[in-house]
Amino acid sequence: MRQTVAGPAQAPRATEPASPEVEVELELAGVRHGFGELKVIDRLDLRVGRGETVAVVGPSGCGKSTLLELAAGLSEPRSGRLSVEGVETAAGRLRRSAYMPQRDLLLPWLTAIDNAALAPRLRGLSRERARREAAPLFERLGLDGFQRARPAELSGGMRQRVAFARTLLTGKPLLLLDEPFAALDAITRADLQTWLIDALRAEPRTVLLVTHDVEEALYLADRVLVLSQRPARSLFAEPSPADRAQPRAEAVTDPAFVTARERALLALAGGEWPR
Amino acid sequence: MRRTANYLAPLLLLLLLLAAWELAARWELLADLLKIEPFLIPAPSEIAVSLWEDRALLAENAWVTLREVVGGFLVALLVGTTFAAVLHLSPTLRRAFYPLVVASQTIPIIVIAPIFVIWFGFGIGPILAVIALICFFPIAVNTLDGLGTVDPEQRKLMRSLGAGRRQTFIRLEAPTALPYMLSGAKIAVAVAVIGAVFGEWSGSASGLGHLMLIDNAQLEVPRLFAAMTVLSVMAVGLFGLLAAIEHRFAWWGEPRSRSLT
Repeated sequence: MRQTVAGPAQAPRATEPASPEVEVELELAGVRHGFGELKVIDRLDLRVGRGETVAVVGPSGCGKSTLLELAAGLSEPRSGRLSVEGVETAAGRLRRSAYMPQRDLLLPWLTAIDNAALAPRLRGLSRERARREAAPLFERLGLDGFQRARPAELSGGMRQRVAFARTLLTGKPLLLLDEPFAALDAITRADLQTWLIDALRAEPRTVLLVTHDVEEALYLADRVLVLSQRPARSLFAEPSPADRAQPRAEAVTDPAFVTARERALLALAGGEWPR
Repeated sequence: MRRTANYLAPLLLLLLLLAAWELAARWELLADLLKIEPFLIPAPSEIAVSLWEDRALLAENAWVTLREVVGGFLVALLVGTTFAAVLHLSPTLRRAFYPLVVASQTIPIIVIAPIFVIWFGFGIGPILAVIALICFFPIAVNTLDGLGTVDPEQRKLMRSLGAGRRQTFIRLEAPTALPYMLSGAKIAVAVAVIGAVFGEWSGSASGLGHLMLIDNAQLEVPRLFAAMTVLSVMAVGLFGLLAAIEHRFAWWGEPRSRSLT
């Protein structure tokens, strides 16, 4: 129904959660940010409801990572309102959100399970107790048998899974994923996309995901937001038509999915969908 | 297999050089060339004889020097890493101190050593101070550089995972810097023996440096070379010990291909 026009007039409505009763976990209202003279984000609005997955797509260098850092409480926006669970301070956002950077950044001197258990360890748990806390999730995420492996012994896909386990084990309600699969080859990436959907079904969280891959965005997220070149504005915001109950190969070749992808790609290229 | 091959090449080269030296000394080639008395150029075999015959004297003095080297090195390790940590945590102090530390390295140790003797008196004090001073620089600078190599993204991640400044230092920055610190320590321990010799020359009644001074004065050339050999072996041994510690406790600093196997 909503997939007809993505003109500017309708874009703001799709920056709202799918259903109005849903509690808002992350809210951006008129957020602007920049570095020195450089304007990076220009009046961005977005509301992400609890349990929703929203993907942000945009050209390289458009400010996607900056957006995540702002949401994560790692920096403050120049103006506008930005809140997580209604809390606006950077320290408050930092406590409520878990940031997963582009690279896995696993610590080479720790085993996979100790890397995953970093957040419990930083809360002051002993190594043993932190491991025990991480163990069930580690198994649920299909990492059983790799507990004692060092990061250097793991494949790129496995490292990314461990990094995701580490993000989940912060126990925070909002996950901020910065191009989590960008460094992987196409086959591993497709595997991990399916894996992430299963993982989020088992461990429901609110997710804001940044990617430059339109297909990934539409497949993983409930809603997709397309950003312009720097300074980032919203160009396109729509619910995804993806049917994730189907196998990935079928979901991404469904006509509705293909249309949505074409429209998003067109928006990304700066074009406007014919009315 | 590869380990033996690694040792084989330097060992063969060493044997070759020793053989050449032996022949040159036996046939008095070098002595003729330099127009000096042949007994001033001992053959390796004569040095070996001295090593054996004077083993008690050499061991006694080596023990003195070893304690000085280890003591001075440990002082430098403690002070150097603390200094690096403080400078890392305070950019202001870093800007103030760093150029001065570099400049301090231009002061020749051979000048400093006698001054230390005047200040601290005759005994182990000034020797420890000279060794600590010479070891301080490579340890402090390498540790500081190591702390500086931490990826800023990694710091952000630690913050997001709930780490404070202190936890970031302990869990991220210190382990990142550890291999760098040990690299600096390896350089330090190799130059520490030089510091010990200068220190002993300036004022000491024992130690390998002191023995060398006496041998030099008495033209006991084979024993002088024997003392030098013991000193080299000591330095190489300490270096090897630190390399083993690095391999065991800071393996993540090694090239990836090696840590993978």
